[in-house]
Amino acid sequence: MASRGIKDQVAIVGMGCTAFGEHWDKSVDDMLVEASQEAYSSAGIAQDDIDAYWFGTLASGVSGLTLSRALKIDYKPVTRVENMCATGSEAFRNACYAVASGAYDVVAAVGVEKLKDNGMSGLTGAVLPSDGTKSELTAPAMFSLLAPAYANKYGVDEIEMKEVLTRIAWKNHFNGARNKRAQYQKEVGKDTIRNAPLIAGQLGIFDCSGVSDGSAAAIIVRAEDALKYTDNPLYVKALAFAAGPAAGPIDSDYDYTTFHEVSASAADAYAQADVTDPRAQLAMAEVHDCFTPTELVLMEDLGFAERGLAWKEVLAGTFDLDGELPINPDGGLKSFGHPIGASGLRMLFECWLQLRREAPDDRQIKTVTEGGRTLGMTHNLGGGPGECVSFVSIVGSELG
Amino acid sequence: MRGIIGYGAYVPHHRLKRSAISAALGYGGGKGTRAVAGHDEDATSMAVEASRSLLASLDGSAPTPSSVLFASATPPYLDKTNANVIHAALDLPRAVFAGDVGGSPRSVNAALRGALEGSRPSLIVASDVRTGRPGSADESALGDAAAAWLIGSEQDAPVIAEWLGGASVTAEFLDRWRLPEWNYSRVWEERFGEHAYLPLVAEAAAAAFQQCSLDPADVDIAVVTGLHARAVRGAARAAGVDSTKIADGLTATVGNTGSSHAGLILASVLDDADPGLTIMVIHLADGCDVGFLRTTDAISEYSNANPVAAQISSGNDELSYNAFLTWRGFLDREPPRRPDPTPPAAPPSFRNEDWKYAFIGSRDRGSGAIHLPPQRVSVKGGAVDDMERVPMANVPGTIATFTIDRLAYSLAPPTIAVVIDFDGGGRFNCQLTDARPDQAAIGLRVQMTFRRMLTADGVHNYFWKAKPLSP
Repeated sequence: MASRGIKDQVAIVGMGCTAFGEHWDKSVDDMLVEASQEAYSSAGIAQDDIDAYWFGTLASGVSGLTLSRALKIDYKPVTRVENMCATGSEAFRNACYAVASGAYDVVAAVGVEKLKDNGMSGLTGAVLPSDGTKSELTAPAMFSLLAPAYANKYGVDEIEMKEVLTRIAWKNHFNGARNKRAQYQKEVGKDTIRNAPLIAGQLGIFDCSGVSDGSAAAIIVRAEDALKYTDNPLYVKALAFAAGPAAGPIDSDYDYTTFHEVSASAADAYAQADVTDPRAQLAMAEVHDCFTPTELVLMEDLGFAERGLAWKEVLAGTFDLDGELPINPDGGLKSFGHPIGASGLRMLFECWLQLRREAPDDRQIKTVTEGGRTLGMTHNLGGGPGECVSFVSIVGSELG
Repeated sequence: MRGIIGYGAYVPHHRLKRSAISAALGYGGGKGTRAVAGHDEDATSMAVEASRSLLASLDGSAPTPSSVLFASATPPYLDKTNANVIHAALDLPRAVFAGDVGGSPRSVNAALRGALEGSRPSLIVASDVRTGRPGSADESALGDAAAAWLIGSEQDAPVIAEWLGGASVTAEFLDRWRLPEWNYSRVWEERFGEHAYLPLVAEAAAAAFQQCSLDPADVDIAVVTGLHARAVRGAARAAGVDSTKIADGLTATVGNTGSSHAGLILASVLDDADPGLTIMVIHLADGCDVGFLRTTDAISEYSNANPVAAQISSGNDELSYNAFLTWRGFLDREPPRRPDPTPPAAPPSFRNEDWKYAFIGSRDRGSGAIHLPPQRVSVKGGAVDDMERVPMANVPGTIATFTIDRLAYSLAPPTIAVVIDFDGGGRFNCQLTDARPDQAAIGLRVQMTFRRMLTADGVHNYFWKAKPLSP
């Protein structure tokens, strides 16, 4: 029994990503068509060239028919997957395995979410019949639990903690301001972030990711075929996923300063990709910054900072666009927006642009252009502290 | 000897300053405060709290009652027995009968008469959430509280107040009435009620004195109650009892709590009572019920876990009139742009009765790990189906982390969400109630309290929340 990985067996040869935002004039079908067509063009293929599809959405449709109906797919396998906020990544992961298995030559992973049609504030989950005893926390409240626990454990006072969270939001807005596909394309001053109305705990509105509509897609082929489609494929180095006992809410040993699922999936990914010093080896990481404290904790769980020190690294600018390890150079969930089923693929889209040096000049990271690093990470989680699923991928622009 | 073997009372945390009413409306109100059931409380949840307090006072030595009877003029459900919720929350055996007596505040006396004249132990719980239309005398003068009695005989447990007997008179007249769909009562002109009531008091008192071979001079203290304030003021005199003997009706702080008022005053009296005290109870409600109790030597050994005076003094009078009106349904406010709350489903609530109502978790026999809610597979070591029941409702805990949720739907935003680690093990996430957001802190000591989480589609969702631990 082992997690062997499929390093360098498959490659991404085309990607598409719609702008994310409040698409009052676009349907789920519209966004699926746009993301898919862009991915086909990017790979230089037609829809008929695709042998199978993995389709991710949390709640904007059910079954493979949501995709096949929109795209008029000609009797091919379409698998619908759902894994909460990691849904887009899960579609990608399974699509990669399908190619690696040899079952198909060309596979598409497509994700979509339409959140803005329901007229609600924030995310709303599906309601299952229950005994009414589960704590009904909103998403910002769930993740805000991290902040006081982290601050308490590592001796960060409330004002410093707010500064750290503000710095993360400020950085992601700065990056998003350089991204024409992002939901929020404006820099936001730290005073504005700091003084925004509170939503949950210490979190103001700028500490929360954008609720948005969007779609993204990737075309995956065997690595040996990749150069038939593009001169600059991205090779899949690692695909890791972890779901745990979800015992944080019932186990006093869980202290709300870490995601065990993230540590586990990161360790697996690093092993698959032979990465030993992620902070030095990765050119960038797109991480699941659903709320600012999440990004803070992820820096430690992903091994980018020592335990208890990520807050200092954040303040020092380590993870800025021009920092030692740029985190969320596209603005992340914070600025790019978070259409659930699309987000994991959107993260890969930024690796696609950055590692191929196709990002706009004002956002192209120097770890690639000057540092010569070739690896990018996407990290995507679903659920909440103590009870989540976590996905980590590592992709690279070179074989080996 | 038969009588009271245990008692308890519950006064909710919130107080409305009566001056807040006049400040808002330009009239109404008055001096002092009235007790207000929280937005997450109702007559049933308060009855659970009063019963828990009673059982805590008996500290595990309470005999299992043969019945639990819930008396309320403001029952949360009709057609469905509210007492079953109390029965479930107290984790009583299935063989214990549960029933409601309701309609008028006099109904509590029906339950008490049956219990006192019976032979087996019986738990009687009275609870009302009372108000009136904005600006009315009822709104200001009434209050919310619950009271519980465990009635039994000396072979069940020590009797702390012996039932000496009593008498009742009944007469049909229109004084106070309410249709089931109304959230306020109507009353006739008060001088008529006084005219109707006082002769009934005199008649009932005379009969009771005669039946028990007592006379007014034997009365050490008189508990006098009824929702007709003017008649109650004249009742002691009509009964021939010196006005100096009248027990404090707690109207300055709590208000008249209807069905539970006699029990609340009696609890307050018993909290400080010495042996040998003769107590007369006069209850004006569609007639008049008079009864006599005498405290026994056993009262010296009885310690109320939550004395009435302490509950009164720990109240919080910061409640705004706007919030009060909102909680009682008189002010329909714009909800957040969030999905409507959903009711609990019947089958999972049925399957999980022990957990949902009695807060019973499971303990892994091997590792000792406590699971809330109960699990089949242990979080420590993964043992399968090696669990035992572990009641957690009375176990205090400490806040591990917390947050203030300003987005969640609540009648009293913002919601305080806490992660609790229980003394001796067990972790649970829930809401913190009866607390201000600035009270939430890592390390705060908390206890569990039975609440109505929400009502959706006419279904009340009862479950447990944390509240700051009483000193």
